[in-house]
Amino acid sequence: MNPEASAGLGGLWAIGTEHYLGLSLILFGIGLFGVINRRNLITILMSIELMLNAVNLNFVAFSYQRGDLAGQVFSVFTITVAAGEAAVGLGILLAMFRLRRTTRVDTANELKG
Amino acid sequence: MSSLFGFLQENGAALLFYLFAGLAVAGAVGVVVWKSPMNGALSLLVTFLAIAALFLLRHAGFVGIVQIFVYGGGIMVLFLFVIMLVNLSRLEDSERIWRQTPWALLLSLLFAGVVGATARAAWKPVLGGSEATERLRTFGGELVGNPQALGQELFRNYLLPFEIASLFLLVAMIGAVVLGRRE
Repeated sequence: MNPEASAGLGGLWAIGTEHYLGLSLILFGIGLFGVINRRNLITILMSIELMLNAVNLNFVAFSYQRGDLAGQVFSVFTITVAAGEAAVGLGILLAMFRLRRTTRVDTANELKG
Repeated sequence: MSSLFGFLQENGAALLFYLFAGLAVAGAVGVVVWKSPMNGALSLLVTFLAIAALFLLRHAGFVGIVQIFVYGGGIMVLFLFVIMLVNLSRLEDSERIWRQTPWALLLSLLFAGVVGATARAAWKPVLGGSEATERLRTFGGELVGNPQALGQELFRNYLLPFEIASLFLLVAMIGAVVLGRRE
């Protein structure tokens, strides 16, 4: 019925949940680095999308491992939230660009004191 | 030749995983390294599509297709529109390496190390087995396919979160319209 799952138990080449967790950790780390390092608001938003995608990867991997659809349901919700976040974030970006003709986040420092 | 076929049949899923995992990581690195946001957005698209393929490899057909539609279609178009609207090529771009870069590298490596070590310490291998996978495609004891099973789960057990998500989308839409309006 399912050759991948039956062949996937044990063996050197089997892809388990831990492979997905490792990949997700790498992607999340890269996204975190992008958020801290870059000063361009568009790149920061793209890095946040990367981190959300890494979380989705975890949800789906655990859903597969446990045979439970709840993980997939929650990854659909995460995608919904990511879409809303992108829309509002890019709206903020446009407002900021109209205000000061740049998208560098370190120029927005009125509250720095 | 037949041994190659057998190898592919046995390890094809693993080879596909490594292929798409490599593509996803390469695209992610491109996002944070490329100077131009346009190049970054296109390499983000590579990551989105590779992750959709990884979803498909984990029997999450519906989520994989939604990933392509929403991320590869909607969110990517949004990003590209804004990049072209703002016309960042005229602007001075933020340099990739500045005084905060070592700290960013240190912090993200520290984060990955701590989380990875914790997960490794707590990890217990659990073998899924084929009957666990079958449950992702069954509803009410019969094989119906992943989208239908997911839909039944979503509208039977997660109806309230679903409605809250639709309300959230409405709020986000109104917020985006208000933010994007000219004074």
